[in-house]
Amino acid sequence: MKMTYRLMGLDCANCAAKMEAAISKLDGVSSASVNFMTTKMVLEAQDDKVNEVLSAAERIIKKIEPQVILKRA
Amino acid sequence: MKKRLWRIIIGALIFIPAVIIKPSDEWIKPALFAVAYLAVGGDVALRAVKNIVHGRVFDENFLMGLATIGAFCIGKYAEGVEVMLFYQIGELFQSFAVEKSRKSIAALMDIRPDYANVKCGEELIKTDPYDVKIGDIIVIKAGERIPLDSKVLVGSSMIDTSALTGESLPREVSSGCELLSGCININGVLTAEVEKKFGESTVSQILDLVENASNKKSVSEKFITKFAKYYTPTVVGVAALLAVMPPLLFQGASFDDWVFRALTFLVVSCPCALVISIPLSFFGGIGGASRSGILVKGSNYLEALAQTEIVVFDKTGTLTKGVFKVQEIHAQSISDSELLEITACAESYSNHPISLSLKSAYGREIAGERVTQVEEISGQGVKATVDGKKAAVGNTRLMESLGIDYFKGELVGTVVHAALEGEYVGYIVIADELKSDAKKSIKLLKAAGIKQIVMLTGDSKNVGEQVAKELGLDKVYSELLPADKVIKLEELLSEKSAKGKLVFVGDGINDAPVLARADIGIAMGGLGSDAAIEAADVVIMTDEPSKIAEAMKISKKTLGIARQNIVFAIGIKVGVLIFSAFGLASMQAAIFADVGVTILAVLNAFRALNTKKAL
Repeated sequence: MKMTYRLMGLDCANCAAKMEAAISKLDGVSSASVNFMTTKMVLEAQDDKVNEVLSAAERIIKKIEPQVILKRA
Repeated sequence: MKKRLWRIIIGALIFIPAVIIKPSDEWIKPALFAVAYLAVGGDVALRAVKNIVHGRVFDENFLMGLATIGAFCIGKYAEGVEVMLFYQIGELFQSFAVEKSRKSIAALMDIRPDYANVKCGEELIKTDPYDVKIGDIIVIKAGERIPLDSKVLVGSSMIDTSALTGESLPREVSSGCELLSGCININGVLTAEVEKKFGESTVSQILDLVENASNKKSVSEKFITKFAKYYTPTVVGVAALLAVMPPLLFQGASFDDWVFRALTFLVVSCPCALVISIPLSFFGGIGGASRSGILVKGSNYLEALAQTEIVVFDKTGTLTKGVFKVQEIHAQSISDSELLEITACAESYSNHPISLSLKSAYGREIAGERVTQVEEISGQGVKATVDGKKAAVGNTRLMESLGIDYFKGELVGTVVHAALEGEYVGYIVIADELKSDAKKSIKLLKAAGIKQIVMLTGDSKNVGEQVAKELGLDKVYSELLPADKVIKLEELLSEKSAKGKLVFVGDGINDAPVLARADIGIAMGGLGSDAAIEAADVVIMTDEPSKIAEAMKISKKTLGIARQNIVFAIGIKVGVLIFSAFGLASMQAAIFADVGVTILAVLNAFRALNTKKAL
């Protein structure tokens, strides 16, 4: 399943790169892209692992930039 | 952003007097600077502490916090505040610049219609385009944006397509014409029937495409992210060694001095200038290109365009208008008008451009029952029974396969031969016109240093060679079947150098496999054609092949800016690192290497947005 999220308050390009790298490595993620310019994250995950992946991705994002708010786009 | 501005102002108001007055008191001096420091960088320090708790050490808050607090510890109060002050100014500027470029791209792409006037009985209801259904009747008044892809039922008007195509000349529409969402209705009132839902309309597709283009990252961006990943830990590691080793190893090496050198290292170690300038450049380049009617589907493609070595064109619809016209009719044993009638009838079921031109030259309706047993032979022509007689209409290959003797003289144009009951009855010459800017495009490409310009065509050798000669192409392969085009493309791919790229330009009709096989597939005249937008990596919204050279220019400019930023940022940082290791660089130099470089790189990246100057 492919999901797009807006990362409101994403403020640092290097952090976006770090998020992308960390989320891509999550189990069940087939591709992840965090776009600093559009502040969008496109996440493609296996259908049966969507929920786990999402909460793990959110944890990673909050850890790197605590002020970011995830919003479904 | 406002909070940060206040921090900077208040901090500066305390800091500047403190520097001027130079309080000598042992307690007042650190206290004054500490207050200034907390005002300016309290949030950074707080975030640094939070991050350490989270186990993340190499982030910029941590580096800046450590460098400035370290400076306080060795009595360099002013330097500590100064670093924090400039760091905050840099951050403020950076978020301002990013915000600005996000906005200017959004403005470029401000083609999203706000509402649709849906006709409901005699009433017009303003509706969100999302809620309009296929088959609904909408009214577009003068000055309004066309909300959904639709077909004109009543009315005629001029349409401004410039937001989609970059083409300033308005287009005329009247009943029966297709309307594309995102264009602006200039004068008349149009009533139209909706043909596509908003999500599938042209405007949504374009917005989606441009927004997502920067998801596909360029090689330069990947390189720099990777570089940053190793750069920061390395610099921090060296800083740690620098602080500890020399004072332990050498006699007379002062601890304070080496710690200070290590702290300058930390200031320089922030990777943000590097990481931000590359995507910012590409984002600008893609946005600028879309303003000229060139949709690039990824940063990687924009980057690759600059390395083009071979450009392969499809002929029909790409270099030529794709509108065929009957030029000559040479009948044998029957009259010219009979020959035209037979060929038009035989081809009446086909939508091939050649069939269309025959039908339009014939000009009359063809009753379906006159034509039976139609058999289309791909790449050859048609066999059919017309008015009870067996007709064969097609090219020389068809005639040969049927064993019919045909006219073999030199002819320029597409020649349609015809036979009736196995007897040759003559030929019709059909020719296509070159696009007005075809010649200019080839010249521009050659001037841009393209090594080979090749044309592939299913058309006859005569036509192919004549077009190639007129345009000054390097090579032409003619009489190719769709599958042959892929084979020829493979051959050409093997001719280019390892780093060079091959571009294929087609109209997106029938050449999807070739578009996909090429390094970069460019589809022309993509306006309204889903297939072309789907298959290609770059979509040119207008019919002008000269946009290809323009796209390459934008690509080269963008790539140039990205490279300048990489070399400049890494160069300055490494230079300052070396100098500070030897104790030759001041804290100010370190601040410049961090904040100054970021600001300059961002300003440079801004140039990419301005594609008008690239031309």
